[in-house]
Amino acid sequence: MSCMKRLCHETRSHDRLRRTLAVCLRLSRRLLLKMSEERDAAALSGSAQTEGEEDLFVSAMESPEAARLSAEDISPSSNGPKAEPMLLDDDPDDLFAEATEEVSLDSPERQPILSDGPSPVITPVTPVMISSRADVFDRSPDQDEDEEENRDTFDIQISVSDPEKVGDGMNAYMVYKVLTKTSLSIFSRDEVCVKRRFSDFLGLHSKLASKYMHMGYIVPPAPEKSIVGMTKVKVGKEDLSSVEFVEKRRSALERYLLRTVKHPALLKDPDVLQFLESSELPRAVSTQALSGAGILRMVNKAADAVNKMTIKMNESDAWFEEKQQQFENLDVQLRKLHASVESLVCHRKELSVNTASFAKSAAMLGNSEDHTALSRALSQLAEVEEKIDQLHQDQACADFYLISELLGDYVRLITAVKGVFDQRMKTWAKCQDAQVMLQRKREAEAKLQHANKPDKLQQAKDEIREWEGKVQQGERDFEQISKNIRREVGRFEKDRVKDFRVVIIKYLESLVHTQQQMIKYWEAFLPEAKAIA
Amino acid sequence: LLQVRTADSPHPRFDLNNDASLVIDIPDALCERDKVKFTVHTKTTLSSFQKPEYSVQRQHEDFIWLHDTIVETEEYAGLIIPPAPPKPDFEGPREKMHKLGEGESSMTKEEYAKMKQELEKTVQVHEVFLQRLSSHPMFRKDRNFQIFLEYDQDLTVRRKNAKEMFGGFFKNMVKSADEVLISGVKEVDEFFEQEKNFLLDYSSKIKDATAKAEKMTRSHKNVADDYNHISGALNNTAADNNTAFKKHLEKCAEVFEKLRKVEDRMASDQELKLTELLRYYTRDIQAAKDLLYRRARALADYENSNKALDKARLKGKDVAQAEENQKQCLQKFDKLSESGKKELTSFKARRVVAFRKNLIEMTELEIKHAKVRRLKCYVYHYMFIRQCSGILI
Repeated sequence: MSCMKRLCHETRSHDRLRRTLAVCLRLSRRLLLKMSEERDAAALSGSAQTEGEEDLFVSAMESPEAARLSAEDISPSSNGPKAEPMLLDDDPDDLFAEATEEVSLDSPERQPILSDGPSPVITPVTPVMISSRADVFDRSPDQDEDEEENRDTFDIQISVSDPEKVGDGMNAYMVYKVLTKTSLSIFSRDEVCVKRRFSDFLGLHSKLASKYMHMGYIVPPAPEKSIVGMTKVKVGKEDLSSVEFVEKRRSALERYLLRTVKHPALLKDPDVLQFLESSELPRAVSTQALSGAGILRMVNKAADAVNKMTIKMNESDAWFEEKQQQFENLDVQLRKLHASVESLVCHRKELSVNTASFAKSAAMLGNSEDHTALSRALSQLAEVEEKIDQLHQDQACADFYLISELLGDYVRLITAVKGVFDQRMKTWAKCQDAQVMLQRKREAEAKLQHANKPDKLQQAKDEIREWEGKVQQGERDFEQISKNIRREVGRFEKDRVKDFRVVIIKYLESLVHTQQQMIKYWEAFLPEAKAIA
Repeated sequence: LLQVRTADSPHPRFDLNNDASLVIDIPDALCERDKVKFTVHTKTTLSSFQKPEYSVQRQHEDFIWLHDTIVETEEYAGLIIPPAPPKPDFEGPREKMHKLGEGESSMTKEEYAKMKQELEKTVQVHEVFLQRLSSHPMFRKDRNFQIFLEYDQDLTVRRKNAKEMFGGFFKNMVKSADEVLISGVKEVDEFFEQEKNFLLDYSSKIKDATAKAEKMTRSHKNVADDYNHISGALNNTAADNNTAFKKHLEKCAEVFEKLRKVEDRMASDQELKLTELLRYYTRDIQAAKDLLYRRARALADYENSNKALDKARLKGKDVAQAEENQKQCLQKFDKLSESGKKELTSFKARRVVAFRKNLIEMTELEIKHAKVRRLKCYVYHYMFIRQCSGILI
């Protein structure tokens, strides 16, 4: 453990990194304690439930194996250029900067984990293993190119909060506070707070999409509109579902902004800066569904769909073919996964309702029971079940906000990725069209050679030059967009691993917390049950 | 063919094998196509039995036959008749079993596990029925009970004969008249007055609690199923990726699979300890109410016989007969009251013991499962965090 501490001090700056390591230290301490506790308990209990325990320890033994294996696979030289390496400086930043603000060492969720029981004697197994991998902490020479870029750019925190209703009736709208904290130089101040409404976000996205998508940049999609949801809010219903709706939207807007600024090019975009900093923003009217711009968008979408069907691209690059197929598959699978998670959320909510209902029923039964001690025990049981119902509700929230929403975001993101591939196809088509035109112009010129019309010939030659230029431009565009897409996809693939990892970590934390509470409640109930005489 | 050895599974026994002179258990059950065959194992030191140990095969219908013959026996009117075990419910799995037999489809691991759980439940409830009989001073001497335990052939023929003899007499009586009759009786005896009020109220409360517990258990199972689907979907998604993402997804799939197992175990333990307990006592309360009903009828008969005697005295005809009738009615009523009081008192004691035992066991299991789940989440959490920071074991 002391070498870990030394390493902490020796590694570069990063509060965050130090915190990560400290967390690992404490977790490993707790873990070793728990594991030895459970081992003893299993030995003592001797009941038929050994399958669970054996299972656990087999897997606990396997998992470090698996982890080691995956570490070995993941060396900077293997697989794709940017996909694999889990180098320290980049990861902790991304992980802890944006998504895990709440998971500080002092957060209430952590307390039960860290403060459970006295500090045990530590068996010095882990430190030895860690010190042998001390080289991982050093900066190895062959880094990714964009490591250099990314290192300093991710010091930005954005939060969307304090939804407020402005106005009344059908013209009402919600306004959100957008707070940006950053040390980046492109921002004029360290801390900026502005008020934005939903259509402002949509407007921002619309501008970014029109500027960057055709270049092959994956522009994060904005949260979806919801007429039903908003109407309820406008009408002034203060019920649970409209509160939930607002919270869902607030969270989605926050994730949207974080994802947008994570993109190195978008972060520097003036529209983004204006959105985050300026106190007044021109109203984005064109985001309304039935506005002129809205209709134009629909027409364009339809045209695109038709084009997609008619363009048969000669894919010379196997990478693109493979990736496109992968994204098609990923789309299908993520949707299925999302559906399963939504089902989980739904059933967990049901469980909560049914538990509450049972609690009431148990209380009534307790009242009816004429044996005093049993009656009291049943009432206590009812109370425990009520508390557990609350736990289920909280867990359902975690299920939803952590996993379900993330999956939803990714389903939409994949649509954006597919859109970018389509843009490349369009660029190719344009290039092809230009070549066809050029060919025609050349043929026309050739014909004019023999027609003895010097003016027309000159014009034809000019047109040929024009179209040669266009062809060249088209080819350049195509190359550029292909290059951009490769880079974007690489970044996307790296980010998604991080995103999913963060989510699963948080989810597991929420589960640990829930179990902790459950144990507390049932342990409090046990003496009551035993007291029945 | 699905066999379950109940000794292996932790299903609860209601602790009724206190008396070593007659010990009964169901060590295993065979699920074959449509039928479940229980192996009923008896160990006895009683002289009324021919051998000290028996092992016979019985079907659910045999249990029902035994229950019905006991119910129809006039002698037992003053006793709480142990409720008949419900029919094994293998609806979905049964179809599967049928298809299995015809070589059509195979059972998934989950379906198998569900069947096993159902089998555990049904064995428990059939076993308890027999143990209630064996632990009762009067029922254990019942001739048909002995035949049930001893007779090494199929009971089907006997069952058919019995039906012809009794013709389901008691069952044809209108049961809904129960509550009205019981509550309508003018009760002089305070003990029975209290019991009546208690049973009527408790009966509706426990029915409600049972239904709510069933819903809760079903929700738990749904959540476990969802974890299963999520795990499968994660694996499917992983299959198509060959990057770090794939490994990550596979790990996540593993996490959810482990979660599912624990959730499933929690749900089925909760069902066995809580829901089954409540179900059983709903039936037992009904049996107690049936006793009150029989006593109320006896009281009604007695009151009628009084009126008949008065009439006879007035007319001066058949007085002796009427007197005899009245005496018999009174005797019957007194007998039912006396034995009823004993039965209802021991019923309360039995109920308290069973609740205590099951609540304790359920709580201990909940704690255990929660600890296991916490630890598993902890291990994975630890692993993922270390993966992130690039520190790997």
